[in-house]
Amino acid sequence: MRKSSPIFAICLIFVVLVFSQEPSGDWILEQLDENIGSDNKIVLSSMIVHGRRGSRTIESKSWVQGREKSFTEYLAPPREKGTKMLKLEDQLWTYSPATDRIIKISGHMLRQSVMGSDLSYEDMMEDPRLLKMYSAEIVGEETLFERSCWVLELVSKDDDNAYHSRKIWVDKERFVALKEDRFARSGKLLKTTEIKEVTRMQDRWVPRHIIFKDVLKRGQGTEFILESIEFDAEIPEYVFTKASLRK
Amino acid sequence: MIKFLIKGVIRDRSRSVFPLLTVMIGVMLTVFLYAWIQGVQTSFIDSTAKFGTGHVKIMSRAYAEESDQIPNDLSYVGVKSLLKELRSEYPDLIWTPRIKFGGLLDIPDEQGETRAQGPVAGMAVDIFTEDSPEKSILNLEGAVVQGRLPQKSGEILISEEFANRLDIKIGETATLISMTMNGSMAVTNFTVAGTIRFGMSVMDRGAMLADVGDMQTALDMEDATGEILGFFQDFIYVDEKAEELKARFNARYTEETDEFSPIMRTLFEESELGDLMGMIGMFAGAILVIFVVPMSIVLWNAGLMGSLRRYGEIGVRLAMGESKGHLYRSMLVESTVIGFVGSLLGTMLGLGIAYYLQTHGFNIASMMKNSTLLISDVMRAKVTPVGHIIGFFPGLLATLLGTSIAGIGIYRRQTSRLMKELEV
Repeated sequence: MRKSSPIFAICLIFVVLVFSQEPSGDWILEQLDENIGSDNKIVLSSMIVHGRRGSRTIESKSWVQGREKSFTEYLAPPREKGTKMLKLEDQLWTYSPATDRIIKISGHMLRQSVMGSDLSYEDMMEDPRLLKMYSAEIVGEETLFERSCWVLELVSKDDDNAYHSRKIWVDKERFVALKEDRFARSGKLLKTTEIKEVTRMQDRWVPRHIIFKDVLKRGQGTEFILESIEFDAEIPEYVFTKASLRK
Repeated sequence: MIKFLIKGVIRDRSRSVFPLLTVMIGVMLTVFLYAWIQGVQTSFIDSTAKFGTGHVKIMSRAYAEESDQIPNDLSYVGVKSLLKELRSEYPDLIWTPRIKFGGLLDIPDEQGETRAQGPVAGMAVDIFTEDSPEKSILNLEGAVVQGRLPQKSGEILISEEFANRLDIKIGETATLISMTMNGSMAVTNFTVAGTIRFGMSVMDRGAMLADVGDMQTALDMEDATGEILGFFQDFIYVDEKAEELKARFNARYTEETDEFSPIMRTLFEESELGDLMGMIGMFAGAILVIFVVPMSIVLWNAGLMGSLRRYGEIGVRLAMGESKGHLYRSMLVESTVIGFVGSLLGTMLGLGIAYYLQTHGFNIASMMKNSTLLISDVMRAKVTPVGHIIGFFPGLLATLLGTSIAGIGIYRRQTSRLMKELEV
């Protein structure tokens, strides 16, 4: 017993030292990315766009495979019903039933708003893995919405990213970014995101109610409400083909 | 006496040629530059009015605040009744609705998938109404390069350069992807009826022209429009008139509490051309001052040189009893003759060049490749009645001023020393 005491003490000191260290920004981003997950999911959501003339609710169903493939069908309102979008890696196509056309969205169109919301196609196309695109630094700790958060400043690793830098507030326990400010290279604030509700779904913390705001636009922003999510769903491969856009 | 002086000026060419050339070149430059500035000014105002703002523009208050972003979601609703009122209350103006829009023009292949596409800057104008003023305002018939003007719903025109870039032929389908007034995605198929060239880089890079009714349908803008443009019947913009009209309209229609009530803005206000025109006006004034002052100095110098060369002659004339005042006046008459002839020749030459550039213009397309200014690629001079006299009087004045300063030396000659000087 006496012999094992020093070994136990050394182990204890090592464990205390390791765990008492402040985590790095990159480690937090890694945890954040892991929480988003990369598995298959089927998501039913609503988007409420608050414009200056009124609000519109757009309902959609999305099939997501990993981080590279997604297929979205708009269900309502009638003007949008039947419109579909297919994202394969860095390419995006849309199908409009009125013209029976499959159109590739590219170039400056990617910066346009999706269905009049505060989100752009570029935002939709973005790789959700922040660690891949940004280097992070912890700049403080704050309590936000009664949750203890790390405040991280992210700087783009690549000139191609839509935003040069971001500031995010990450829930220390749930590893969910509760608030986010996105900036241009000039330092101008472009967009903000606030998570109003986080829910526990299939052992994960998932944002259920998000408010996106394009700061350059007047209006009260766009609300995103997650109606349901099915993780590890079986999704046939044909869903992620251009042919399925016309079905 | 004047005849005698003229004979002297003609016979003694060294006395007249240099000042004459100086005046002539100066006057010519003044007349030409004035006509050129007038041409540029007119071109700026005309093209901005016709393709951008009208002489006055009516929008919703909310749209006007962000008009540079073309916020069609903030368009004015109730166009038909407002147009009717405008046409009855302000009949001395031509009123026409327009919708500007941006988006992507996509050309399909046989399978209906993207073959080519490009960003498009679109404008919807009244094409189908029989007495629509737009055809003459935009000179649509003259601008058609291939095909014809749209004759039925669903037909559009696109710029020739854009058509070549997308490799689209007349009669083919082009799909416009844009945004409706409510923010939804608008995807509409059109048929390309023809291609156009306006001769303005900013319009010819990627323009699409459609009928306003078609775009109201495509963008869910029923009885709505982004802008209503007003043009004075004589197509001459007078800022005071526009300001007075604006004050009357806004007092009657604009409501501070309703951001969708209509508001009128003038061409100068909307395009910020007012500042530019002010600068051009100052520039034109500066040219005249710059012209008169150095030319006077040059002519003063010429007068001094002449006085030195004619030192003996002046001395003899004084010795013979000619009064200093008479001598001074005779030199002024000589300079008036030189100034008159030089100014006349300069005006004729300047007007000649200005008339040439008014007809043929000067192509600046290579300098306008990335320009966003609504200005023609061919800049022209404009000869106005003022242009006929703008250089003449300063030319005459500069010659007189130069001689009158140089001639003061006559009064410094001392009669008592004249004989001694003449011996030398």
